[in-house]
Amino acid sequence: MKRRQFNKLVTGLAAGVCLTALSSLSVQAAEPLKVGFVYVGPIGDHGWSYQHDQGRLSAEAVYGDKIKTTYVENVAEGADAQRVIYNLAKTGHDLIFTTSFGFMNPTLKVAKQFPKVAFEHATGYKMAKNVGTYISTTFEGRYVAGYVASQVTKSNKIGYIASFPIPEVIRDINAVQLALNKYNPDAELKVIWVNSWFDPGKEADAANAMMDQGVDVILQHTDSPAAMQAAERRGAYAVGQASDMSSFGPNAHLLSVVDEWGPHYINTIKAVMDGTWKPKANVEGMKEGAIVIPSFNESIPADVVAHAKELIAGIKDGSVYPFAGPIKNKAGELIVPEGTRLSYEDLEKMNWYVEGVQSDIPQ
Amino acid sequence: MIKLEPRGERSRAMAYLSPVLAALLTMLTGLILFTLLGVDPVEALITILYVPISDTHGLAELCVKTAPILLCAIGLSVAFKAKIWNIGAEGQLLMGGLFGSYIALQFIEVEAFWVLPAVLIAGVVGGIVWSGIAAVLKVRFNTNEILTTIMMNYIALNILLWAVHGPLKDPDGYNFPESALFGDSALLPILVEDTRVHFGMALALLAVVAVWVLMSRSFYGFQIKVMGMDAGAARLSGFKEKRLTYFALLLSGGLAGLAGVGEVTGPIGQLIPQISPGYGYAAIIVAFLGRLHPVGILLASLLMALLYMGGEMAQISLGLPLALTGLFQGMLLFYLLACDVLISFRIRLKSKKLKPSPPLPPLASETQG
Repeated sequence: MKRRQFNKLVTGLAAGVCLTALSSLSVQAAEPLKVGFVYVGPIGDHGWSYQHDQGRLSAEAVYGDKIKTTYVENVAEGADAQRVIYNLAKTGHDLIFTTSFGFMNPTLKVAKQFPKVAFEHATGYKMAKNVGTYISTTFEGRYVAGYVASQVTKSNKIGYIASFPIPEVIRDINAVQLALNKYNPDAELKVIWVNSWFDPGKEADAANAMMDQGVDVILQHTDSPAAMQAAERRGAYAVGQASDMSSFGPNAHLLSVVDEWGPHYINTIKAVMDGTWKPKANVEGMKEGAIVIPSFNESIPADVVAHAKELIAGIKDGSVYPFAGPIKNKAGELIVPEGTRLSYEDLEKMNWYVEGVQSDIPQ
Repeated sequence: MIKLEPRGERSRAMAYLSPVLAALLTMLTGLILFTLLGVDPVEALITILYVPISDTHGLAELCVKTAPILLCAIGLSVAFKAKIWNIGAEGQLLMGGLFGSYIALQFIEVEAFWVLPAVLIAGVVGGIVWSGIAAVLKVRFNTNEILTTIMMNYIALNILLWAVHGPLKDPDGYNFPESALFGDSALLPILVEDTRVHFGMALALLAVVAVWVLMSRSFYGFQIKVMGMDAGAARLSGFKEKRLTYFALLLSGGLAGLAGVGEVTGPIGQLIPQISPGYGYAAIIVAFLGRLHPVGILLASLLMALLYMGGEMAQISLGLPLALTGLFQGMLLFYLLACDVLISFRIRLKSKKLKPSPPLPPLASETQG
């Protein structure tokens, strides 16, 4: 973690220097821009909210006293969210990030009352005149993880701990299956739904149940490191989610698909400062530095790591795209013909499994 | 040396003073805490206790936050007076929200005056059904209602989750766990324009008055109190214990159900997995903090709501950690329990050199039984 913070500081300083150069040309900044963040979990959750707070800190490192950030953690997604967002807007925050899906309708309601404040809501699908959305394309990282898993598995059984059957989760499962179809068609993907984003007990149970069935690589779309720890205890492999989970299972940890919100926050803050901010649906991935794979386990064969890095480079330059045709659905019907790609708009609503996934989507 | 000495008789003055003393001690500890955290303690207290309600909007939000806590607590006070320990207000609230939402979603397109009453009644029924199960188990099988109501909370939560992930999910919501937004005719009217104060607060105040009349002016309330003080005496007087048990549990369940449906048709406007951040549990603290008296409960729920809002404000303007809110609530209850000792005991300061204290007055041991 220290290393990462240091890296952030360095990039932060570099960007800061450029920025000071830029802003000295524009108006001599008077008041700092006030930026508010609303988190659904505690910042100590080592997952979702923690990563958003890291993003906030890296924005602070870049802009220094040009911005003033505020966060409110553990905000319930019910009636309280609207009041918290309202209070942030009322206390003069110019830009407010609401970082959980359940804040969507409260954000829209408050945004209507504060037309001059810019709002950005993470992972939602509704927008307004002053409400944009942002989400990162975790499926890119998941595809690389699927490739690595397909190469290191010995039992040819790969487990996937899933949270809720929303499009974001479905498409990530699909991304892994597509990697398996391509690189190791014999490998089988087992999906267990735990119906929670953060439930260490359930996640550990799911991991153990899968390992009992012979699974030797576990992927997860939930936020706790419980599966990583379970895999470490039983000598299996696991892929970390949201934050770098290598410290929870030094031997088990293949790689982590890390959400870096810093770049998005830094760019958005700059747009608001310059007055160029417009509400839009921001979809950012490896190219924008929003999805990062910080390290690979040393036990992964060198050629696999090398190819994984090629994949990452390909995703960044656009030559590799997990959802490029031909793609068939579970029933074997051709959905995406050769030579076409599923757009993000299609992925946003994805509610079908690709060929090869054994289970059904829970309804 | 400090010695606790039985008073012999419960002190009425201390019964009223104890919550005030507890509140003062909480503030005092808060002052010390803030100083240690390097925050100006006076500014911190102002931020937590005054800033959230310093304007109309803040006062309105206080009402929004108070309504569900008040409804749950006022209902619980009736059960607690009868020494029926209903810990299940949370589950009853969730079921109220779920039943109400079900009806609201059935009539989502209908614009008619009867939709809202139907939704509210469904919510009350939901709460009643949930506490009714615990009531039947208690009356018919003599099960411990503390255990059953707690366990029913978890069952209610999981049924709610199932519903919102399954049958009640918004068909156009991309599988996200939320229902569709309710139609306007299923939403509680707003009492003050441009705020979120909804009709639920009026219902809560009405419930406070009704419970006050019930408990202090009606024979039924008298029977409930007698049953709580001495079940044997109540039985000997011919009070129908089973009927009273049903009444107390169903009333508290119904009011908790109303609190739940008030949330989904009020500030939230749809069914979501997180209707309540633990109002049903907070209401237990509030009921006791308010001495199980309607006026006391009203004040206590306002204070509890204010502490929640103050905790948010402390994060926004002072960057203080959220744990502070929990700490404040915990301290308040802790000090209240500590101060309650003074209702039945008095503190005597004695030096060790004096001879041992005189034997206790005989009356004391009787009243302590």
